[in-house]
Amino acid sequence: MTVSATATAEVLPLEEPARAIRDSRPLRLITCGSVDDGKSTLIGRLLWDTKAVKEDQAATLHRDSGKQNDLGLPDFALLLDGLQAEREQGITIDVAYRYFSTDRRSFIVADTPGHEQYTRNMATGASTADLAVLLVDARAGILEQTRRHATIASLMGIRQFVLAVNKIDLTNYDRARFIEIVHDFKEFALTLGVKQITAIPISALKGENVVYDGRASMPWYDGPTLVETLEKATTRSNQTVGFRLPVQRVSRPGESFRGYQGTVAGGSVKPGDSVVVLPSGMVANVTKIVTFDLVRNAAVAGDAITLVLDRQVDVSRGDMIVAIDSQPMTGRGFDAQLVALQPDGIEPGKRYWLKSGSRRQRVTVEPVSQLDLKSSKWNAADKLGMNAIGKVHLTFDEQAIFDTYEQNRTTGAFILIDPDTNNTVAGGMITGRRSELGGIHKDDQRVLLSLPADLAEKIMATELFADRRHDVDVRHTSAGRAAEVLADLDE
Amino acid sequence: MSDIRNEAEAKPNATSKPPLDPHLKALENEAIHIFREVAAEFERPVMLYSIGKDSSVLLHLARKAFYPGRVPFPLLHVNTGWKFAEMIEFRDNIVKEYDLDLIEHVNPRGAAENVTPFSHGSALYTDIMKTESLRQALDAGKYDAAFGGARRDEEASRAKERIYSFRTPDHRWDPRNQRPELWNVYNGMIRQGESVRAFPLSNWTEVDIWRYIQAEDIPIVPLYFAKKRPYVERDGMMIMAEDPRLELLPGEVKQEGVIRFRTLGCFPLTGAIRSNAETLDDIIAELETATVSERQGRAIDRDQSGSMEKKKREGYF
Repeated sequence: MTVSATATAEVLPLEEPARAIRDSRPLRLITCGSVDDGKSTLIGRLLWDTKAVKEDQAATLHRDSGKQNDLGLPDFALLLDGLQAEREQGITIDVAYRYFSTDRRSFIVADTPGHEQYTRNMATGASTADLAVLLVDARAGILEQTRRHATIASLMGIRQFVLAVNKIDLTNYDRARFIEIVHDFKEFALTLGVKQITAIPISALKGENVVYDGRASMPWYDGPTLVETLEKATTRSNQTVGFRLPVQRVSRPGESFRGYQGTVAGGSVKPGDSVVVLPSGMVANVTKIVTFDLVRNAAVAGDAITLVLDRQVDVSRGDMIVAIDSQPMTGRGFDAQLVALQPDGIEPGKRYWLKSGSRRQRVTVEPVSQLDLKSSKWNAADKLGMNAIGKVHLTFDEQAIFDTYEQNRTTGAFILIDPDTNNTVAGGMITGRRSELGGIHKDDQRVLLSLPADLAEKIMATELFADRRHDVDVRHTSAGRAAEVLADLDE
Repeated sequence: MSDIRNEAEAKPNATSKPPLDPHLKALENEAIHIFREVAAEFERPVMLYSIGKDSSVLLHLARKAFYPGRVPFPLLHVNTGWKFAEMIEFRDNIVKEYDLDLIEHVNPRGAAENVTPFSHGSALYTDIMKTESLRQALDAGKYDAAFGGARRDEEASRAKERIYSFRTPDHRWDPRNQRPELWNVYNGMIRQGESVRAFPLSNWTEVDIWRYIQAEDIPIVPLYFAKKRPYVERDGMMIMAEDPRLELLPGEVKQEGVIRFRTLGCFPLTGAIRSNAETLDDIIAELETATVSERQGRAIDRDQSGSMEKKKREGYF
């Protein structure tokens, strides 16, 4: 085998970076996979080859590396594992966020731990990522931890995966081994519904197919390098549901001003729009969108704004101001998927705090099933241990307001807080209103009308129903989702 | 109240500024969201204000977050007594201009024992005049949340910080046992005596800070711009030599040169750089070709690897 190409590649300067101001948000990615698969080394290599490591940092790195590998390079993992305990044990404990850029794009990478006991930190990184780089040791192949991480990333809505088959140099650049691992992963990924996978054979240590190509060692691979793949990836798409503003605080600097401050969590809003305040159901019109710089004509998802309404309505922190013609679900019972993040797991019947957006309320959690990572099957479960991925029923003391996570990643997501310890014990994603017929709260009994979605919306838009809108929930359902619901009922 | 501006008054703020680039806009939105969340969830927040460029950006974002109201919490400046004179002057002007509440704290023990960077060395001096002093000030104010301008790109242990960083009643940070932090749903639940450090600038890089200062026309201490200044060379650093308390060591000579600061702290511990960058454009251009990191001029980072983590575990900011 030859390493001359990579040795030369290491000293080649990158192209002159573009001076133009970046015109898009950086791509956020996580690296995940089992311990010792080389995640920290890979990110260290990314930072090194994109010249994100400055001279003084490199000098410290060389000093701390002690014995260097035979390529004369420092121990890249030390760039990431900044904590003393991490250096002592040679593992990554907590997420490190790092920044690097190429001439085409800037990136925020979350280096997340491989150890099962630190899965909570992997979930932390996954919750905000656009793309997941899943590392696999070419010799070890797909492990249970690889599947756990892919599953969590997928549950959290990541749709773009890079399967980085690392340490390919240690298999003598064995093409058949690479293909075998890719095949294994694709089969598993199908069960997750992941469609976009780019598989790349990599040597993070030697820098092959990371920033520079590894053609000299792997002439059989003609796909993109890791960085080329990242440069072409897309950021998370905008939310599809209507206007959502979880109210963070009410601004009342004096008698003459009353505004509702928050970050638009979906859709858009402009002066003149009719909105509904939930949970009260009161209707008002938007008169102004106030920001420090100017009074705006419109605000879109992501904008931190102050909204002024045309009449006195009772609005407080935790309420949600939403579009009148596309409202979230409200109710006392919801179904969700969650990842248990602490040693005690999730106890059935215990009353937790649930925080979603700016709203915090009491909830009881009933585990229904748990995902078996070996078989990819959901098995019935009445409690969830540490790191378990489960389906649960949530029962609230008072009205809760949600979208599904699929429709809106802000209003569909929540954390659970243990009232005894105040620790964050789970991250959850709403899948829908509570499906189990026997468990429906008596206040929540509803009549279901089956109508074509467009017709239903037309009816609800008429004046006749204007004041009943908050009682009616119009939802679109795909044929696939309908089949799933029916299958659930059969169980 | 006098600080409320109506629509007509708000418009001049807009001037003819071009819109922020989407990347900076997203960072700004995120920071405003964090400010509002902390202000709503905690009873006694405070903002740590160190007068540097990050503090200037932090303050600007706080004003944006609560507009048209006033910034609803005080600023806390932990003064070591060894700041650059220009910094203190700048601070006092800003506080007056923006109608802010400023609390200044100097460790009385340090003042009484005359703890200086020269007599006690940088490590012990930092421990007493910064770490211990900050803890005193936070305890005295019974603050349950403290905003800080730390960025994850500054240093390896800072890269591991959560946006809400939980601290025990004795201000300790346990990096191995941080709360998970998912999406932008922050867990602000604490018990009596515990607190949270909140970092709205977590995801900003040094270049982002400068581009934002430029785009938003944010005032900063003039020491960031190149100018002819007196200095002495000591321990491989260029130390500003205008304060009479700086005594020349044998063999040292006062020199003059065109220098500026990339980062500002206590003058005896902060090295200047040779630079001709007189404008924000110059600074940004210089930064894009810089081959050394921002903190290479900070003596306290260099004591040993992992020293920032150790300081933070003890309650250093």
